[in-house]
Amino acid sequence: MPPPIRRIVVDRHPHMAKPAPAGNGAGVANGGVAIATSLAAPSVAERTARAPAASVRERMHVESLWLAYGENWVVRDVTLPVRQGEVLALIGASGSGKTTLLRSLNRLTEITDSAARAGRITLDGQDIHELEVTELRRRVSMVFQQPNPFPMSIFDNVGYALAERPDGRRRRRRRSAAIEHAVHDALHRAGLHDEVGEDLERSALRLSGGQQQRLCIARALAAEPEVLLLDEPCSALDPISTATIEELIVGLRERVAVVIVTHNLQQAQRVADHVAFMHLGELVEYGPADQVFERPARQRTRDYVSGAFG
Amino acid sequence: MGGQAVDEALHGRVMASAQTLDRPARNTIARPPRESHASWPLADRLCHALCWATGIGLCLVTAWIVLYMLVKGISALNLKLFVESPAPSLRERESGGFLDPLIGTFIITAIGMAFAAPAGVGIATWLTEYARPRWLARAVESGIETLAGVPSIVLALFGLLVFARGFFSFLSGSTNGGAVSGKSFLAAGLLMSVLALPLIVGTTREALTQLPSRMREASFALGKTRATTIRRVLLPSIRPGIASGVVLGMGRIIGDTAIIVVVLGASPKLQGAGGAPLLSTLRGSGSTLTSYVYGFSPAGEGNSPQKAYAAAFVLLMIVLALNGVVTRLSRGRSLDTIEQGAKP
Repeated sequence: MPPPIRRIVVDRHPHMAKPAPAGNGAGVANGGVAIATSLAAPSVAERTARAPAASVRERMHVESLWLAYGENWVVRDVTLPVRQGEVLALIGASGSGKTTLLRSLNRLTEITDSAARAGRITLDGQDIHELEVTELRRRVSMVFQQPNPFPMSIFDNVGYALAERPDGRRRRRRRSAAIEHAVHDALHRAGLHDEVGEDLERSALRLSGGQQQRLCIARALAAEPEVLLLDEPCSALDPISTATIEELIVGLRERVAVVIVTHNLQQAQRVADHVAFMHLGELVEYGPADQVFERPARQRTRDYVSGAFG
Repeated sequence: MGGQAVDEALHGRVMASAQTLDRPARNTIARPPRESHASWPLADRLCHALCWATGIGLCLVTAWIVLYMLVKGISALNLKLFVESPAPSLRERESGGFLDPLIGTFIITAIGMAFAAPAGVGIATWLTEYARPRWLARAVESGIETLAGVPSIVLALFGLLVFARGFFSFLSGSTNGGAVSGKSFLAAGLLMSVLALPLIVGTTREALTQLPSRMREASFALGKTRATTIRRVLLPSIRPGIASGVVLGMGRIIGDTAIIVVVLGASPKLQGAGGAPLLSTLRGSGSTLTSYVYGFSPAGEGNSPQKAYAAAFVLLMIVLALNGVVTRLSRGRSLDTIEQGAKP
């Protein structure tokens, strides 16, 4: 008998489904009370009963993608849509090809010489291999597993994707208003502005792990990407930071299409709208989150979700 | 924002539970005891003693060299030496100083570094980040390693022959008959930059390869080209490494004698080659502290060895100061701060 799924207690704030700046005061008070009283995690059905995004439209489409490193086919014949307005979670055991699939969405697999591919990936209808790779990566940004801020100030980190020329010391006074505005906006969207807003010249390396990861998210958001790829963003973080970032991800899906790779089934349940389960490179099942977790169509999915392997 | 509320509430619950635990009483805390050597095997104890002996011995030798020079030169060492030019006279002991050689040292170091630093950083960056085609990268690496091993006298001889050719007449003065002297600060400076180049390439390469690859990946994932990544992220991150390479190179240049004596001409005072003021000095000949030491030492003309010892002491102090700067630089904003990364 496979062991039951243990749901991690997460304190969910009822207001967090829709970002509402006016309701902040009430939100904090409510949050305090809610955490003291609610101990049971909402079930998948309750959680996905939050309002879906206002509009859902397809941004990227993966068509019959095959990827190999050398002689090894790591991704086999995968077809998936990536939609704005929803969070797509890629789940699967180690070696299932989900990270490789994620990295192929912004052509990071090309850094490895031995990578080969077949199939098509389109962004807004255009094949990504016909786009200039730097432009593609500006429109499809990625956040990695380990927080990796540059050894610069917070402002320079977030503005890195924007400024075309180096922001040396002498330019500090003449910083363009557009970049300042974009940086502050990105920090707000990443939920970091409250904590670091007063002093953006501090070195980014002095932040805590969760703050650094949110800084990386802000950095990825600064150039207004259309798609945000997250490669196990919370696996190196403590539960408090994880919860903060998960709420952030849900709030982001309105404006960007979010694809998140995660080892953590419970995190996928908390965060995802659609789930794609991969095993040994093949896409075994794809569907809405509540269907994949509670009524999986394939036996292998049922085995993985119930913890029989992986 | 709700995230902060989550933080505070969870923190509150954690702290409340932590306060029920008391720390152990101070007199029950045991610190690890000092390791006693008595239980070590004989071989270990011998090696331990040998390490101590060599370490202390090395410190003693260094101290001996510095103090010996100081003691020998103290009689002639005074501030006058730093501001007066060498003045030959019958009573050498009281006349003249080493102002010109001091200036010569600065000029040579400046010229050497002006060529070696950009070239060294550029070569190191290319070798680490690009290195295509592979055969060229291997050739460049071998070339740098060969240069590192070339004795400076061989380099000096090479410079003497090459820079005396008519093509290089712009580097040095020429006599009325049209013969190019081939001996000047510029010529010696160029050779010095060859001396310093392998050091700079080595330290810069090491610093670059130590940078974690996720820094490059993060920059690529944001849509920047490799060149932009190098210029805006990688090179600024390895500034301490480049600086210590530069200072090491300077130390090597300051200490070299063969090239100075052969290619610079070792004339005690700066002699211009005619023409515009600065260019005349650069194209002219002069000397540096090293050739000054050689000239006045018992191995050279030997008129006034105290001045040689005084100059040697000054030279030592300069090199030691540079080494101190290197240590401070490499310990300062080093890669430790990059590796610290996430603190939970």
